[in-house]
Amino acid sequence: MAEKKLLLSVRDVKVHFKVKGNNDWPWTPKRTLKAVDGVSFDLYEGETLGVVGESGCGKSTLSRAILNLIPATDGEILWMGKDLRKGSDKDWLHVRKDIQMIFQDPLASLNPRMTIAQIIGEPLRVHRPELSPDEIMKRVRAMMVKVGLREQMINRYPHEFSGGQCQRIGIARALILEPKLIICDEPVSALDVSIQAQIINLLKELQREMGLSLIFIAHDLAVVKHISDRILVMYLGREMELAEKYALYDKPAHPYTQALLSAIPIPDPKLERNKTIQILQGDLPSPINPPSGCVFRTRCPKAVERCAKEEIKLHAVTAATQTSCLLA
Amino acid sequence: MSLLKVNNLGVQFQTPDGMVNAVNGVSFELDAGQTLGIVGESGSGKSQSVLAMMGLLAKNGRPTGEALYKGQNLLTMSPKQLNGIRGDRISMIFQDPMTSLNPYLTVERQMTEVLELHKGMTRKQAKKRAIELLEAVRIPEAARRIDMYPHEFSGGMRQRVMIAMALLCEPEVLIADEPTTALDVTVQAQILTLLKELQRDFGTAIVMITHDLGVVAGLCEKVMVMYGGRVMEYGTANDIFYQPSHPYTIGLLGALPRLDHDGDALVSIPGNPPNMANMPKGCPFTERCAHASAQCADVLPGLLPSAANPAVLRACHKPVAELKLELSHG
Repeated sequence: MAEKKLLLSVRDVKVHFKVKGNNDWPWTPKRTLKAVDGVSFDLYEGETLGVVGESGCGKSTLSRAILNLIPATDGEILWMGKDLRKGSDKDWLHVRKDIQMIFQDPLASLNPRMTIAQIIGEPLRVHRPELSPDEIMKRVRAMMVKVGLREQMINRYPHEFSGGQCQRIGIARALILEPKLIICDEPVSALDVSIQAQIINLLKELQREMGLSLIFIAHDLAVVKHISDRILVMYLGREMELAEKYALYDKPAHPYTQALLSAIPIPDPKLERNKTIQILQGDLPSPINPPSGCVFRTRCPKAVERCAKEEIKLHAVTAATQTSCLLA
Repeated sequence: MSLLKVNNLGVQFQTPDGMVNAVNGVSFELDAGQTLGIVGESGSGKSQSVLAMMGLLAKNGRPTGEALYKGQNLLTMSPKQLNGIRGDRISMIFQDPMTSLNPYLTVERQMTEVLELHKGMTRKQAKKRAIELLEAVRIPEAARRIDMYPHEFSGGMRQRVMIAMALLCEPEVLIADEPTTALDVTVQAQILTLLKELQRDFGTAIVMITHDLGVVAGLCEKVMVMYGGRVMEYGTANDIFYQPSHPYTIGLLGALPRLDHDGDALVSIPGNPPNMANMPKGCPFTERCAHASAQCADVLPGLLPSAANPAVLRACHKPVAELKLELSHG
């Protein structure tokens, strides 16, 4: 196989927020919430990277940091070799043409006062001012057909559509500039199962057709399995495991990944009733005051003394798997 | 006599656009210690049918049919009679633990209130019992945390408080409306294990409403699949999962991304869920069904025992054998 082209390279990215101190007095020192704390990964052309983790693990913050919607505190985000964090506004205008985003709540991410022709056409008006209004309309219609919307709907408003259709509009808007990378932040979690399957199939089809790369963020490991090539598992702002899809599901290396996989209910009564679930004890620690060493150690069934002292970055355990567990 | 027997339950809403039939012809029976799963997508009427049983419909809603708890019809009871049963013999866990707890009251006040009302306990006795229940649902340091407000608990802990509250009077029937939908998978696993243990210890009958077929597979003996306000298929979990006989059930299982199977494309169900205000005359699934004929659009199929397996009830004009034939060809 030919060498794949490196599109995006994220190096040790941190996103920290300053939050109020323990009480409301203005002189209490502010505390730091480490939403994303040192995440690194590479993304190649045409590849889908799944990012999974539970609420509060920093997966959405990470995706927003890549697009500078929430500026990263530290680290490097290299887009085709150029560091985005040092980019000027003008540089960003170019980059945003290539990186687009699809959001979780299909209706809330569409402006209720714009018709869908305006919504889908807006990126073209911003980034391709040389196009005539007729040309823009032509492209909008073509894109609507591509994502499975009827052309007659072009002058309707978002509230007239169902959740699945709104998500199709969001996809059309993201695709109209023919980007290289689309960041999908939980694009199907608000949808019903039958509609969810439609959207996943649509994304896969469009990816094949247009050679897109995807960063697919979700909390549902079964959904991620269907769409991703590689998967990044996050917990409390850190990377737990980064592995090829099959390696991750067949041989999860990190205890957190193992617990996460065993917790997913299987729609098969015999399998589901006879499997052993690794129940995690306790609650997610606060990201303001994370545990020392490995952040997962407080809930990890395999934790030993060393886990509290040593903090380990991702390291390769097999050709297909990298993990941050020091026991692996 | 069964503990809970629902006959031909329906729910109508009076809206500015006319009458909307949200639920039609739901029937089931539940005995002590049994678990029934009601599955369906948003708008399928699964929540409204249990809200009707509990007398919790919105003002413009009206239930029809009957819901018999030990022979007494819950739907025609006076609110006073109903208040003696709900929260005591039949209790409910709601989907969103934040909005179903009162943010102004401590957990202690919300829990003791139930016991003072239904069991006539003193505040002190009630608090003791409440702490026991919080311990039973594994809330650490229950005696200290009981004096906290709901916002001081995490999502999973709040749902445990809800479950503890529902179990205070040791109900015979527990209705759980999407109890784990708002939770992360690892927390969901904790809560589901807890429910199973509680059922084993207390012998509670559970009605589990969910859109997650995986949750149903692990917990329920009987499964009811709903679509567009009607029951599509009703049978044991094994029958529904291993030999689905209704096109909608088959579609739903095919559309599910699974961990235990490999395979590329998901088989999606084309189209969108029906508009409840404007339901087709015949089967609500007609528009999206690959097997639909002219008869399906015009004539409503009855919920009848399947020819292949009389234990399964299905609402479909097409005989099972023909469905199977088409599946193996397609």
